[in-house]
Amino acid sequence: MARKLLLEKAHVEGIRGFDVYRREGGYRSVEKALKSMSPDQVTDEVKKSGLRGRGGAGFPTGMKWSFLAKPEGVARYLVCNADESEPGTFKDRYLMEFIPHLLIEGMVVSSFALGSHVSYIYIRGEYAWIVDILEQAIAEAKQNGFLGKNILGSGFDCEIYVQRGAGAYICGEETALLESLEGKRGNPRIKPPFPAVKGVWDCPTVVNNVETLAAVVPIINDGGEEFAKIGVGKSTGTKLISACGNINKPGVYEIDMTISVEEFIYSDEYCGGIPNGKRLKACIPGGSSVPILPANLLLSTAKGEKRLMNYESLSDGGFATGSMMGSGGFIVLDETQCVVKHTYTLARFYRHESCGQCSPCREGTGWMEKILLSIEKGQGKISDIDLLWDIQRKIEGNTICPLGDAAAWPVAAAIRHFRDEFEWHVNHPEECLRSNYGLAHYADPIRVPETV
Amino acid sequence: MPIRSGFQKQYKKSDSIYYMADEIKTATATFKVTIDNITIDVAPGTSILQAARIIGGDVTPPAMCYYSKLQGSGGKCRTCLVEVAAGSTADPRPMPKLVASCRTNVMDGMIVKNITSEKVTDARNGVVEFLLINHPLDCPICDQAGECHLQDLGYEHGKAGTRYEFARRTFAKEDIGPYIQLHMTRCILCYRCTFVADQITDSRVHGIVDRGDHAAISTYISKAIDNDFSGNMIDVCPVGALTDKTFRFKNRVWFTKPVDAHRNCSNPKCCGKATLWLRGNEVFRVTARKDEWGEVQSYDGKTGWICNTCRFDSKKTSDWTIEGLTQISRHSVLGANKYKTLEMPKETLPAVLKGRSPKLMMNIHNVSEVNNPNIELSAINGPSHSEDFERSAEHVKGAGESTQWGMKK
Ligand SMILES: Cc1cc2nc3c(=O)[nH]c(=O)nc-3n(C[C@H](O)[C@H](O)[C@H](O)COP(=O)(O)O)c2cc1C
Ligand code: SF4
Ligand code: SF4
Ligand code: FES
Repeated sequence: MARKLLLEKAHVEGIRGFDVYRREGGYRSVEKALKSMSPDQVTDEVKKSGLRGRGGAGFPTGMKWSFLAKPEGVARYLVCNADESEPGTFKDRYLMEFIPHLLIEGMVVSSFALGSHVSYIYIRGEYAWIVDILEQAIAEAKQNGFLGKNILGSGFDCEIYVQRGAGAYICGEETALLESLEGKRGNPRIKPPFPAVKGVWDCPTVVNNVETLAAVVPIINDGGEEFAKIGVGKSTGTKLISACGNINKPGVYEIDMTISVEEFIYSDEYCGGIPNGKRLKACIPGGSSVPILPANLLLSTAKGEKRLMNYESLSDGGFATGSMMGSGGFIVLDETQCVVKHTYTLARFYRHESCGQCSPCREGTGWMEKILLSIEKGQGKISDIDLLWDIQRKIEGNTICPLGDAAAWPVAAAIRHFRDEFEWHVNHPEECLRSNYGLAHYADPIRVPETV
Repeated sequence: MPIRSGFQKQYKKSDSIYYMADEIKTATATFKVTIDNITIDVAPGTSILQAARIIGGDVTPPAMCYYSKLQGSGGKCRTCLVEVAAGSTADPRPMPKLVASCRTNVMDGMIVKNITSEKVTDARNGVVEFLLINHPLDCPICDQAGECHLQDLGYEHGKAGTRYEFARRTFAKEDIGPYIQLHMTRCILCYRCTFVADQITDSRVHGIVDRGDHAAISTYISKAIDNDFSGNMIDVCPVGALTDKTFRFKNRVWFTKPVDAHRNCSNPKCCGKATLWLRGNEVFRVTARKDEWGEVQSYDGKTGWICNTCRFDSKKTSDWTIEGLTQISRHSVLGANKYKTLEMPKETLPAVLKGRSPKLMMNIHNVSEVNNPNIELSAINGPSHSEDFERSAEHVKGAGESTQWGMKK
């Protein structure tokens, strides 16, 4: 049983309220940081912990904090990214819904480290009821002196405001989020300048994911070095994984990043295997934007090693044979699933969510969706597969924000690993409407090239 | 030389185009930047695109959304992507991705590849294809034809065929008032018109609604755009999405003669300098004067925007003092039939033949009846048909006297 740092107390009766949360040891990190540490010491602990951003990109949090510009007389802001809209990802929701004070506590400590006196939680519009939960938690923290003016007599003032989005995936991209927070159209900004220099209201800003900020609490409580002891290499601490798809026990799991993908899918502690005795066909291990992998490459790397649930191992082999940790949205597909259909569904999502600023993403996502739909309906041509490849290639890397890449990667990976399933659709226009390509050879052991 | 619906390069190094639009800096030191193997010195804060424009010619990336006179513009269309092969002298690493040259500033010692980079050419062709897949291609009925930047772009980087096999996007028609015609299907969402509305007019009543491929220019509740300077939106629109309603379908731009003119405009924000597009003495259209890059010209560091009174309500030559013919690039279709002096084309045949005298198998002019010089087509009443041409041997005989171009010597 792995150690839990975030969700250990999530199911204690009444933990949503301040009193129980405090009784269970909550807000200790605020006391410790504000009473015995300087802001730079807090940042140093976070650096030592090796914590990487949990929002998708995996950027080291301590480093991000130390990049924050600190010009004299200019306010700095901390913004919590709770926009969580990536298909397959629902861990932040779980955390905020069950143990909201953990986020507030993490934000107070982080605001202290960054010198932010006004911090925001930007939450996706569809999480309407969570706004109430968070606002209640904020009010309670304030009543108890952990938020507001002169927190715990330390002289540090901090307010937290919750801002609801209006239902746009793109507002999870940090600069689009800032635009939206300012009340503008949620278009990603052109970088540079980066938020660390010019963020919300043109002031230096740090944007962090909910889980990232919550992880600051155990880091301060136990020390960065303790945190770094959990996990392997550059994957330190624990990670929340939202598992869904064809598994027996979908849900949010806190894992330490040393377990293998196989164990995660099949052990009873986690996903509990695949229902109805079906076999594993494919998996999107890190949320809709990361490359899909066939069963064989999911469970082991191209070198024949067991693949582990961590940043390094999931991306082993690059995009040719690997994928990414992403935001931890783990989507499992069994042998009855059609990869073409899935790719189409994702393409439809990205077409719908593109902000439309830059031409490759605006036009390319719609084009890919249309082609995928026609292949899915058995009306495609073989040349369409190459065309798809060419379109995704021309979107990737040529856009303002990473949504363009996120739209291109799933299509690229599906064609790279499942090209024969696409071809089967083209060559069996009638059959593909009735039946499925099935597992085919996607779970066959991979041949590992002999190394001399 | 790329073909631009353009005007002759007219600005000097002192023009504000030399610097970033939003931060005019005094040049204390200069940065050396190399673009396609040409090295120049520019002021710090100059974007790669501006530096390339100073060099001019082929190395200048096309820019569909950037507008040096509009703060915050650029970065969206991605036609100006270039490769940075070395970031600077201090950090000579190449940049991992292609960058938008309009929004990336030069560093000292930066090495940029535009037309010398295969990656750039490939990506740019891709962008042009993206811009065209949903474009209605209705140039034959579009007033912008002839001065459209998308036409030029397609001409330079596009392909004759399309790989797009689906219905093109359409939008519900929206009336945005008496002066400006909106054709949303032609819009490339460059956002320039919203910047004009923000920065030049007193209030913006239009914007971009919706997102992705259904994003559209709209006033949302079909309000008329009514503002003294709204007409400038037409001038900045790179395509035929915003056109002049008072000129609509009246004439093809290449049939009109552009002249530079000015008037004493009472509006303090209006520069009063314009281009009149004439036929005979009739003023068909009034626009701001444009520079080589199709942008409204600057005078003494100020952009020469014109007010709606000058643009829409001063359509008599007597309203204006005419200065003379507008300089038009020889390569532009707008220059058709507007040569200042007539130059006879050189006879090229002798050079090609190099003294050889091959026997002609057949001179098509000898057998073609249509080109028969004895028949004056204009004298035929009504549409001509085969009965107008006598099929007598005489014609064929007579045709022997004609020159190559069907004219008597
Ligand atoms: C299209 C797009 C959507 C994103 N959505 C989210 C999101 O919903 N939640 C999130 O935390 N990060 C999201 N991100 C990542 C953020 O831009 C940013 O990297 C992150 O909030 C940084 O926090 P971290 O360093 O704590 O990971 C998204 C990025 C992109 C490009
Ligand atoms: S990549 Fe897509 S979502 Fe991102 S800025 Fe461009 S159009 Fe908008
Ligand atoms: S209407 Fe014209 S200026 Fe406005 S966004 Fe569209 S193309 Fe650009
Ligand atoms: S001109 Fe640079 S992106 Fe459009």
